[in-house]
Amino acid sequence: MYRAHVLICGGTGCTSSGSQKIQDTLAAELKANGLEEEVAIVRTGCFGLCENGPVMIVYPEGSFYSRVTPEDVKEIVSEHLLKGRIVQRLLYKDSVDAESNTIKSLDNTPFYKKQKRVALRNCGIINPEIIDEYIAYDGYQALGKVLTEMTPDDVINTLKASGLRGRGGAGFPTGVKWSFAAVQPGPEKYVCCNADEGDPGAFMDRSVLEGDPHVVIEAMIIAGYAIGAHQGYIYVRAEYPIAVKRLKIAIGQAKEYGLLGKDILGSGFDFDLDIRLGAGAFVCGEETALMTSIEGKRGEPRPRPPFPAIKGLFGKPTILNNVETYANIPQIILKGPEWFASMGTEKSKGTKVFALGGKVKNTGLVEIPMGTTLREIVEEIGGGIPNGKKFKAAQTGGPSGGCIPAEHFDIPIDYDNLISIGSMMGSGGLIVMDEDNCMVDIAKFFLEFTVDESCGKCTPCRIGTKRMYEILDKITKGQGTLEDLDKLEELAKYIKANSLCGLGQTAPNPVLSTLRYFRDEYIAHVVDKRCPAGVCKNLLSFTIDPDKCKGCTACARKCPVSAISGTVKQPHVIDQSKCIKCGTCIDTCKFGAISKK
Amino acid sequence: MKSLAELKALRDKARGDMGMREDAPDNTRIVVGMATCGIAAGARPVLNAFVNEVAKRGLKNVTVSQTGCIGICQFEPVAEVFEPGKEKVTYVKLDADKAQKIVVDHIVNGNVVTEYTIGAANAAK
Repeated sequence: MYRAHVLICGGTGCTSSGSQKIQDTLAAELKANGLEEEVAIVRTGCFGLCENGPVMIVYPEGSFYSRVTPEDVKEIVSEHLLKGRIVQRLLYKDSVDAESNTIKSLDNTPFYKKQKRVALRNCGIINPEIIDEYIAYDGYQALGKVLTEMTPDDVINTLKASGLRGRGGAGFPTGVKWSFAAVQPGPEKYVCCNADEGDPGAFMDRSVLEGDPHVVIEAMIIAGYAIGAHQGYIYVRAEYPIAVKRLKIAIGQAKEYGLLGKDILGSGFDFDLDIRLGAGAFVCGEETALMTSIEGKRGEPRPRPPFPAIKGLFGKPTILNNVETYANIPQIILKGPEWFASMGTEKSKGTKVFALGGKVKNTGLVEIPMGTTLREIVEEIGGGIPNGKKFKAAQTGGPSGGCIPAEHFDIPIDYDNLISIGSMMGSGGLIVMDEDNCMVDIAKFFLEFTVDESCGKCTPCRIGTKRMYEILDKITKGQGTLEDLDKLEELAKYIKANSLCGLGQTAPNPVLSTLRYFRDEYIAHVVDKRCPAGVCKNLLSFTIDPDKCKGCTACARKCPVSAISGTVKQPHVIDQSKCIKCGTCIDTCKFGAISKK
Repeated sequence: MKSLAELKALRDKARGDMGMREDAPDNTRIVVGMATCGIAAGARPVLNAFVNEVAKRGLKNVTVSQTGCIGICQFEPVAEVFEPGKEKVTYVKLDADKAQKIVVDHIVNGNVVTEYTIGAANAAK
């Protein structure tokens, strides 16, 4: 029996910032102090506070240590674990009550207070590589309930009543999707999980798989029971090595416990599960392309209908849901559809996980009830924008979504509201932008991504996105015309209407939404040949203010292309024909004499 | 595993091992002084005895934790028991057997082991 549990985050974020080394050092230090029988090390999934990683929680005190280094570990062991003195200087500062100098419950810190963790409920709490820890928190109880007390129709009706909608982006009601597949004749049907998270900056699904892989497995078995399928596939990208490893371990343990395989829990129901690795093509997140890829063919979409529920994987009825959708299901079964429907807005029930990134203090993973406003997410949970800058826009939905400008800062986030303002929920990437971000450049970034990732099967997407990208490139180089803006809109309309799959149908969204809300920035690029945010290099010029320049020569020495000349103690000048606009001189100047505009 | 009953049994067992990871402000807390003075006087076996006894009896809502120097070094090993809504009880000059008895008498049955308290130690002087 251990007297203390040390939870170390083993998500990808904290692993990148060195949590494996922390764990190794901790194990060695515990051994050196003879504490290895008294203190347990638990490697968990993502806590969400990636910005402050590597993070560590010591129970029973609940001390939340952030940005831990291997050198700090020695102190944590000798002070906290051996002598019971909490290492104050390492505590996550928001978790300390300033008045009483005591540790607050994590739920009361600004980052966690407004969150409601349903899909992420076990992330950062259990060791995902030990099935017993999942079972301890009611794991596989929902499966037990489904197999012993419910008919397949009961399961589907429960989901319908809960109002759960697909978390992959489009928001199709999950129960309805299942009912389509359930009425198809058997016996061969399939259950698939889309873990091909491809939006730049999104890592919700990865975090669920890394932190709580069994929840996906449990939900997929339930799905199999509901529609009458006996085989499932999890399609996960090979670029998620930790997630893949934990999934494999989890599937192995579930089989060992008889929770996968023949006659599960003595019910007579059989279900098996396999992993298929994707090579990282964005289009394989599209359902028909994903299934084609599972079949071993080149991952390209095909026209719908027939929808997968009628004719899917290997031509058989198939349901395909996203990781986060599955992660909600066992809780809905156990706590009832009314509980789930009590959260959220009228048409969007439950919670949504967002990967919060960009210009925000608390970068990380957050789960909020639907209907939370963008302002609450950015200012309260995210801690606001660093360096006192002003909020300009938030990008949701990745390359398929759009930008939400400051005027909609107070909009409650749900599927329908986001669509109404020209964005979309998407899978949950949320990138915050401040006054230093150029909206034309952002649109160009996403277009560049879709041009790269278009599979090339249909012409509107293959050629149309390329043409749009070229126009955007022209604009950022100061060669655009006002007619180009009209052409962009026209092209966007045709690509949306005529593309084969969701990739092309949504690819113009970043351009359309920035044109809608930030047309003045486009005009500034086209008419004034100016980039208001100071991002587009071709439109910038660097100049030295002769009144402020002291002639210290520092900039001239740092300039990589020797574009700056002048004599000592005399004002210097920049040769515009040589300048590559790298900004090194601005960073070097101590007198603020250099400006860009 | 071939039945729901087996699954439930496993859950209850596993849950007991993980109880300490929950925030439970209403728990009864047993806090053992683990500063240098405490460790030198033998606080670690005392701490472990508390942990094991609580675990063995499957006591819910009891947290065993440690703290630094309480300030009464001549009485170490020291442990304090905080029960919600009650005055704290300070036990002194403990060993593993005494710790076990405190769990049985005080925590389980609600009878403070007066002879081990700091009051008794002071009176004996």
